[in-house]
Amino acid sequence: MFSTFDFSVIVASLPFIWSGLQFTFKLTFVAMTGGIIIGTFLALARLSSIGPLAAAASWYVNIMRSIPLVMVILWFYLVIPLITGKPMGAETSALVTFTAFEAAFFCEIMRAGIQGIPKGQVAAGQAMGFTYSQVMRFVVLPQAFRNMLPVLLTQTIVLFQDTSLVYAIGAKDMLKAAEVAGKNYNRPVEMIIFVAIVYFSLSFALSYVVKRLQKRIAIKR
Amino acid sequence: MPQTLPQITMPLLEVDHVSHGYQKQLVVDDISFRLQQGEIACLLGASGCGKTTMLRLIAGFEAPRSGMLRVNGDIVANQQHFVPPEARRMGMVFQDYALFPHLSVADNIGFGLHKKSVLARRRRVDEMLDLVGLAGRGERYPHELSGGQQQRVALARALAPEPYLLLLDEPFSNLDVELRERLSLEVRDILKRSGIAAILVTHDQHEAFAVADVVGVMRGGRIEQWDTPYNLYHRPATRHVANFVGQGVFLPGEVMNQNAVRVELGLLDSDLPMECAKSCSECQRGCHLDVLLRPDDVVHDDASDVVAEVIAKAFRGAEFLYTLRLSSGREVLSLVPSHHNHAIGEKIGIRLAVDHVVGFRSDQ
Repeated sequence: MFSTFDFSVIVASLPFIWSGLQFTFKLTFVAMTGGIIIGTFLALARLSSIGPLAAAASWYVNIMRSIPLVMVILWFYLVIPLITGKPMGAETSALVTFTAFEAAFFCEIMRAGIQGIPKGQVAAGQAMGFTYSQVMRFVVLPQAFRNMLPVLLTQTIVLFQDTSLVYAIGAKDMLKAAEVAGKNYNRPVEMIIFVAIVYFSLSFALSYVVKRLQKRIAIKR
Repeated sequence: MPQTLPQITMPLLEVDHVSHGYQKQLVVDDISFRLQQGEIACLLGASGCGKTTMLRLIAGFEAPRSGMLRVNGDIVANQQHFVPPEARRMGMVFQDYALFPHLSVADNIGFGLHKKSVLARRRRVDEMLDLVGLAGRGERYPHELSGGQQQRVALARALAPEPYLLLLDEPFSNLDVELRERLSLEVRDILKRSGIAAILVTHDQHEAFAVADVVGVMRGGRIEQWDTPYNLYHRPATRHVANFVGQGVFLPGEVMNQNAVRVELGLLDSDLPMECAKSCSECQRGCHLDVLLRPDDVVHDDASDVVAEVIAKAFRGAEFLYTLRLSSGREVLSLVPSHHNHAIGEKIGIRLAVDHVVGFRSDQ
């Protein structure tokens, strides 16, 4: 059946797809780092003894986790320009949306990580002259982050696959590039198969790395 | 202008009528005691007696419901003031050590020295490693050490910032018996050498006696007796203390005069006038007492007229601990040198050797 396929078009469109993949990487990286940083603060807020702060963070996380990502993407793309008054490009909108969305998920991971650190660690730090926030910074968060690294990376793999949803607002990621290339050469099926293989290979390789890491990095007690 | 009197011995720690509880239940009930510089105290009691809560109150992890805590004369907690734990300069050793698993041994010990220069910090860490006998192990990680070594790191980490007071929460309970004994003596030695006052919390009287200068026996959130280990054993203030500390049995006795009480095994003379501990100030003739007999108060003597039947024995190496049944059917314990090996069922002669009679009124 493959006799009717023409895979040479892939080679010809490689540079174009590469530029799309670059954006996919950029989006993944920005949403991951931004999401983890914001997510960590959200987690601290959720665990805070200040009621309104904890409630606000909790609402944010629950809302984000209850709405399909593709709707959040569309919603941000359409609503933010209404608020700011000037149009935002699809790429910028995607970066903002993914960071905000992933923060909710990374928050829950970091929250579990923080709660997994024994209370005695905090008490020990405080007894040695550190304030609660210093103890968080120097004792709890480094351990929570290390313990949760495999889970954070697994979430990042999901994030990497989810970036293809920017298709909905026409941001030029790998999938969009492949689609455009497919239309140019009138070979959409070959292109879709090719990007599927790329997504699979990268995700699979990364999950293998996570598995290896899991064994090495776990803090022994 | 009022003159302030010079304070000759200002206590390092003053616990003044401190109470604390959760909801309606009082966990710490009106506790007061003082600790002098360099002194090692122990709060001894069964689990749930409030000893750990008392320690957490001193450390600042809990705020007392009422009462006052002073360190070096400064109020650290009362109704108006509360100094948070990080500002109290208390060293703390936890039951599970709570070492930081992501830091090396040296970084763990140096953790509380964050305000010092890198050089001063390194010097102090080396000093501490030396003190606890772990010189050269600074680069290791906590999980690479044995339980006993982790314990020593925890101690070094708590002592490094030169705290006013060291608080130890059941520090030996995760260790095996042999190591527990050795380390408790070692810890006492380290504390005495560094001159730091300490409060140890434990449910194990051997630990308490091995480490502490003064022990507070706790029950139901109160301190029943605050005394030296010797006095707790030989002059317990309450029945509970008598039962909790050391072994022994109570035999009914009748007071003959102020210095003598008759029990089944004969007349007990006391060089001091008898005081039924706290139950009454002065014992009168005819008063009925329950007299405490420790295993070392009952001596094996073949020449004695009083005989008792061996109903159980426990070999302790140097001695046997015999459980003996008297003719009345009551039981006493006796510690006998182990070359006197008697079979169960055998009748042996015993006599009393008591220098200080401890009795509690039978009706109380």
